[in-house]
Amino acid sequence: MLQPQKIISRNYDLPESWTLATFEKAGGYQAIRKALQMEPAKIIDEMKAANVRGRGGAGFPMGVKWSFMRPHPTKPAYLVVNADEGEPGTHKDRTIMEKDPHSLIEGCMIASYAIGAHVAYIYVRDELHLAKQRLWDAIHEARAKGYLGQRPFGAKDYPLEVYVQTGGGAYICGEETALLNSLEGKRGEPRFKPPFPAQVGAFGCPTTVNNVESIASAGPVLLLGGAEFSKLSRLHALNDGGSRLYGVNGHVDTPGTWEFNCGPTINELLEQAGGVSKGRKVKAVIPGGSSTPVLLPHEIFHMPDEKSPMHEWHGKSVYDVPMGVDTMRVAGSMLGTCCLTVIAEGTCMVRVALNLARFYRHESCGQCTPCREGTGWILRIFEKMERGEGTLRELDEVAEIASGIVGNTICAFGEGAAGPALTFVKKFRKEFEAHIEAKGCPYKGSIL
Amino acid sequence: MPFEPTPERAKEIEEILSRYPLKQAACLPLLHLCQEQEGWCSEEVIDFVARRLELPTAHVVGVVTFYTLFNQKPVGKHQIWVCRTLPCALRGGEDLLHHCEHRLGIHDGETTPDGLITLRSAECLASCATAPMMQVDKAYHENLTPEGLDEILTKLGANLR
Ligand SMILES: Cc1cc2nc3c(=O)[nH]c(=O)nc-3n(C[C@H](O)[C@H](O)[C@H](O)COP(=O)(O)O)c2cc1C
Ligand code: SF4
Ligand code: FES
Repeated sequence: MLQPQKIISRNYDLPESWTLATFEKAGGYQAIRKALQMEPAKIIDEMKAANVRGRGGAGFPMGVKWSFMRPHPTKPAYLVVNADEGEPGTHKDRTIMEKDPHSLIEGCMIASYAIGAHVAYIYVRDELHLAKQRLWDAIHEARAKGYLGQRPFGAKDYPLEVYVQTGGGAYICGEETALLNSLEGKRGEPRFKPPFPAQVGAFGCPTTVNNVESIASAGPVLLLGGAEFSKLSRLHALNDGGSRLYGVNGHVDTPGTWEFNCGPTINELLEQAGGVSKGRKVKAVIPGGSSTPVLLPHEIFHMPDEKSPMHEWHGKSVYDVPMGVDTMRVAGSMLGTCCLTVIAEGTCMVRVALNLARFYRHESCGQCTPCREGTGWILRIFEKMERGEGTLRELDEVAEIASGIVGNTICAFGEGAAGPALTFVKKFRKEFEAHIEAKGCPYKGSIL
Repeated sequence: MPFEPTPERAKEIEEILSRYPLKQAACLPLLHLCQEQEGWCSEEVIDFVARRLELPTAHVVGVVTFYTLFNQKPVGKHQIWVCRTLPCALRGGEDLLHHCEHRLGIHDGETTPDGLITLRSAECLASCATAPMMQVDKAYHENLTPEGLDEILTKLGANLR
């Protein structure tokens, strides 16, 4: 059994956990007081030592990202928090904003001070009305107390403001440069990189973009100390530190969101969620949001190099390997957002693939031809497969389309759409072929 | 008739503008605010936002058409979004959508003839651990069953089929 951790989620179960009174009684706003007494560079060192790998999906070390920020002679710097949480299967940032908004505000203050920003924008997807309300309430409470404003805590001449910005219902705005365009009041189309946001970000100024959970970790990191925080993780040796939120959804008995030290295995998380529903067996798991390729229980983790710190899991099922940024990459997938989607035996995988292909076709921003057209072609092929009108040739075309997308687009959406689609076809080829042969879905009573 | 925000909204617009170094950044917040009053982003709303922010009308139209939550035509008094992305679909989200369509006698994207409800499917609403779910106006309804759904629709005043 996994031991629940209570660092990011420390206040979740307290009465009225979203209020300033509760937050402060539990020790809130002490980390920022400490931060304001520190040199910004020292705070960044602590974040580096904490090995907080970006919680938004890409896993970039947060401290390193902060260190890219250089003071500009004329332009101000900004912090932008990515609260767009739209990756299918992801439901963790919402819990922070709804249950402990002050921890995010405190994190914004620490991060702003460390990177030299005076203004932070939290970009929240519009649908999360409760989260937005709780964040605004928290901001107003903090401002009324003089925590935010001209002289935070009356102690330091370092003005700090935090604002909530509202999205418009477009998944692509979770991509950080699309988010910046959207924040600026434009269509949410991703930008070419470079330049990176640290050079040219919000309003053309140096900007750090981090995920909600990443930023909410800043307070605990300072209070515990970066190295101590990192060591909590099973994967500390892989520079994948601390604790974080994990979610399980789909075909399990008790879906949910919990905090653990980094590195639980897929099997441990399955157990945490009460196992596969109705006593079924697990067929497949999408490990970290729909853009991460699906993993099957019989797949073996392969790391023959004895010098690698990952060698100890060589030969094990990928479901028994601690989930981390590097381990999931070796397993042939990605860690992503740490929210698992579980698919039980008895589910038609053509329908699964079709559902997600529809999502990606719908959400492509359309700027790049390979992504715009490719997601449409993949959807059409899967639709034909499902109706029983597909052919083997079309099945093979999926690989061609996917390779035409990967590496040929402005943003990582393309890969996030193509990789999983291709993986479904590769790993469940027999099911696609059965649809072609039977001229329709051969699995009567599929539970999707 | 040109669009006029209510006095409270006019005040809120001032407050919103104070948040940014660039007026243009208020585009999405203003569209949301005006849509809340008007129900949709009419030509008048678009014109108002463009003038207020000193933006070309085409820019605002471009924004309205990019984002799914800006209504390009009038909608019902209540708006329902049923999530049908994979995690919800694995727990009955698609059936829920069909149930809604059947009960209301309309399809995904349509409004009931009495103008009460606009029904739409949604992509993942970050609520997959409490699937299946739907959003009604600003509220989430989670762990839904067909019976629970009927109850919600009835409370909205819908004529169930
Ligand atoms: C298509 C796409 C969607 C994304 N959606 C989100 C999202 O909803 N939330 C998020 O935090 N990051 C999302 N990201 C990742 C961001 O681009 C960026 O890496 C992240 O916000 C950085 O924060 P972190 O380093 O703290 O994780 C998305 C990326 C892509 C390509
Ligand atoms: S890869 Fe797709 S989503 Fe990303 S910029 Fe290109 S068209 Fe838009
Ligand atoms: S799939 Fe429906 S809320 Fe995530």
